[in-house]
Amino acid sequence: MGEKILEVKHLKTYFHTDAGLSRAVNDVSFSVEKGKTLGIVGESGCGKSITSLSIMGLVEIPPGEIAGGEIIFEGEDLLKKSEDEMNKIRGKKIAMIFQEPMTSLNPVFTIGQQITEALMLHETLTKKQARERGIEMLKMVKIPLAEKRFDEYPHQLSGGMRQRVMIAMALCCNPDLLICDEPTTALDVTIQAQILELINELKEKTGTSVMMITHDLGVIAEVADDVMVMYAGKVVEHATGDQIFEKPMHPYTEGLMHCIPKLDDDDTQRLSVIEGMVPSFDDMPAGCAFCPRCPEARQICRERMPELAEAQGRMVRCFKYTQEWEESGE
Amino acid sequence: MSKKVFGFFNKQKEYEKEVLENGTAARYSGFYADSFKRLKKNKMAMFCAIVLILIILVAIFAPLLAPYDPTYQDYSAVLASPSLAHPFGTDEYGRDILSRIIYGSRVSISIGIVAQVVASLVGVTLGAVAGYYGGVVDSIISRIMEIFQAFPDLIFAMAIMTFMGKGVLNLFIALRLLTWVRTARMIRGSVMQLKEKEYIEASRANGASTFWIITKGLIPNCLSTIIVMVTLGIPNAIMYEASLSFLGIGIQPPTPSWGNMISAAQTFISYRPVYSIMPGIAIMITVIAFNIFGDGLRDALDPKLKS
Amino acid sequence: MNEKMSQAPLLEVKHLRKLFPAKSGFLSKEKTFIKAVDDVSFTLMPRETLGVVGESGCGKSTMGRSVLRLIQPTSGEILYKGQDFMKLSGADLRRVRSEMQIIFQDPYASLNPRMTVGEIIAEPLNIQKKYSSKEETRDHVVKAMEVVGLNPKYYTRYPHEFSGGQRQRIGIARAIVLEPSLIVCDEPVSALDVSIQSQVLNLLKDLQSSMGMAYIFISHNLSVIKHISDRVMVMYLGHVVEMAKKTELFSNPSHPYTQALMSAIPLPERHSKRKKIILQGDLPSPANPPSGCIFHTRCFMAQEICSTQKPELKDIGGGHYCACHFCGKCQQGE
Repeated sequence: MGEKILEVKHLKTYFHTDAGLSRAVNDVSFSVEKGKTLGIVGESGCGKSITSLSIMGLVEIPPGEIAGGEIIFEGEDLLKKSEDEMNKIRGKKIAMIFQEPMTSLNPVFTIGQQITEALMLHETLTKKQARERGIEMLKMVKIPLAEKRFDEYPHQLSGGMRQRVMIAMALCCNPDLLICDEPTTALDVTIQAQILELINELKEKTGTSVMMITHDLGVIAEVADDVMVMYAGKVVEHATGDQIFEKPMHPYTEGLMHCIPKLDDDDTQRLSVIEGMVPSFDDMPAGCAFCPRCPEARQICRERMPELAEAQGRMVRCFKYTQEWEESGE
Repeated sequence: MSKKVFGFFNKQKEYEKEVLENGTAARYSGFYADSFKRLKKNKMAMFCAIVLILIILVAIFAPLLAPYDPTYQDYSAVLASPSLAHPFGTDEYGRDILSRIIYGSRVSISIGIVAQVVASLVGVTLGAVAGYYGGVVDSIISRIMEIFQAFPDLIFAMAIMTFMGKGVLNLFIALRLLTWVRTARMIRGSVMQLKEKEYIEASRANGASTFWIITKGLIPNCLSTIIVMVTLGIPNAIMYEASLSFLGIGIQPPTPSWGNMISAAQTFISYRPVYSIMPGIAIMITVIAFNIFGDGLRDALDPKLKS
Repeated sequence: MNEKMSQAPLLEVKHLRKLFPAKSGFLSKEKTFIKAVDDVSFTLMPRETLGVVGESGCGKSTMGRSVLRLIQPTSGEILYKGQDFMKLSGADLRRVRSEMQIIFQDPYASLNPRMTVGEIIAEPLNIQKKYSSKEETRDHVVKAMEVVGLNPKYYTRYPHEFSGGQRQRIGIARAIVLEPSLIVCDEPVSALDVSIQSQVLNLLKDLQSSMGMAYIFISHNLSVIKHISDRVMVMYLGHVVEMAKKTELFSNPSHPYTQALMSAIPLPERHSKRKKIILQGDLPSPANPPSGCIFHTRCFMAQEICSTQKPELKDIGGGHYCACHFCGKCQQGE
């Protein structure tokens, strides 16, 4: 066990909507170790992005509400911090990269102005030093002609380049934790490969811990040390990357893994599918949230939600790996 | 081949049964009827609709409702305070204020509605044509719009009234000669945006005619913009009429309009405040009712807001 | 009957080009063009699926829309069942259009928000005036809804009440309701969640085997393309760089770009042994494409000849076409 840089305990983030209470993040606990990458995977609406926004303190309140839990970052609970204190942590100690590199840069300022702004916000540097550091950062994320790009506007850059700039901005204050929310989803495959390689390389170099949020198991396989699978606001499986790709244990993880078409598939076969849809929060099934779609569901699954429990060296939320499963034998 | 795929006759029966039981198909009767149902649920908008209908009825049946001839001058009761005989009092010529407000609604409402509807028709047509066809057509219409937009509204209206003479028709022209531009610009923008939408492309892929695309694809999706423009434009026209009359270049006395009543009342505002307050309240109620009703209508036309 | 049909191609596209006028300077007389699709030729047999793969800006969507004349092609020939589709107009065009449909990527933008599901699916029938009575139209719509797995009780609902996957089913129902023989699928699954993606892919395959239409399936995702296609066309900057039967292309990718594309897909497996080819640089601007071979600026094996001479798309055996000076000689990156 390495040193834990971030520990989230029983986080509950709810949203009050017209249709009722949405439990977007419902009792989620996990930790990120120093220098490691935690991958959070799930489909849209599973709560993965809200988890990261909660950590950053960027959940809009109201309609949002942190209904409970602790977010321990370097020994202190972020939920108890004031807005001013959070501003000092955001960007400096915890940085975030968003999915959309087109909209996360301000179109009316040059790349350089935006990088130096981030730098000077958290560190006391002269303009000249900031410029040097900025160019250095652009070089680090392998932007060719960094000096020239520094004075250009975002629209002059391609999507991949903009995402590199975002990474440079995120890393410019040497954050201890980098949260990447679908960083490559909007990019082309060949560019995605470049960016993933870059993130991996920078992690080695700077020792930053990374939280990688994505719906793409392929991306997770390339970067994550640990993997957490979320479904309907809850963690359903939490294991190391090797474990999960060797043998997924939760039926949802398994279904997810099998329903992606792969290059070495027998493509005369139909794809295996997960039937049905993700339940909406105002229509949550009783018992396990996944049971209406689960091929192995039994009576017990419809009655109550299983706990996230240890099984074969990892955490799984499924009755299959409990004593009760044998007893409920159908 | 087709039999194999579309051979669901049994399920069809089930569906019909379900329709009969739940009334799913019966419930739906078209986009506009559906919108009306949603509108009916909005209590505030319905209340305002009733208020507006009442105001319009008052305008139509003014001769029956007004206790006095609005131009009859009773010099025995000049600037009388409210009484049973004159509920709102009388003006400086001894004319009954209530009757003048009732008759004044004819001018204000007709100017508001007619002027705005005509301006909107012109604006929507030109805006839609410019947005849909683009290119040279768009350039020509846009340049014309720019020329019109270069004039300040009120001063332009004053110039026209002075130039063409005072009269109701000229007032219509003066009021709306410039406002169609705003409508046209909005509609041009939405049409340009909408025609790139994939569902319009899907219709085109099926061989839909231009007429089909405009009536099924573009208009229903522009409608809320148009409705908002019209319902906000009517009170705006009423206010303009009031301003012009207030400045003495609108409707000429003795014909009553809410605007020229306020204008005449300003001399006596401290002595007989009710004289200026009453036409003011009439304008206020009409304007607010149009605004709230317009908002309600816009919401009703958007199926997304159905709760 | 089927045999006879399968011999005549459903669609023949020859030298299709689409140029978009590029923004030139104010008052400048000089006109420049973006070559979105440049000299693309292919044939499509009935019941066949042609996968078109490439990155954003490679012209694959423009190509798909040009084939349907949703975007008017600049030049080229499109023969649909032997007749010249480019020359059709009026009633003839409308009749042929009833046999060609399109499914869009964005299930949110492709459905008219002011129409109910029933009206959306009925629209093609109404445009084509297929049935005279409302009941007949409705029955047909209900059947189409069942075929794509939508509960007919949603007939009077509006599209915004549905999830992405269901919306895509509505779009598919609209596309099949006229029983077309060709559907252009423009990234139909890339906006969907993975678990929904596989449902929609299976649905498309099932519909093809029961209704027998041909697909032009456009996607940036090679795994999806491999799953659904019979033949695959790889596009780069408006050009076809490689085209072959699926099995041939995936077992023997011959163009360096295809090889790079294949190696770049992140696979859900750990410690994979495949060699990654990471391309350097970005896609060049289509307004100003590189000289010679369009790919040479990013190619890992570019030689001098590549920047001066444009390679032809040539048959390297068994209907495997490749546009590279070295294809055949350089397999698997060496």
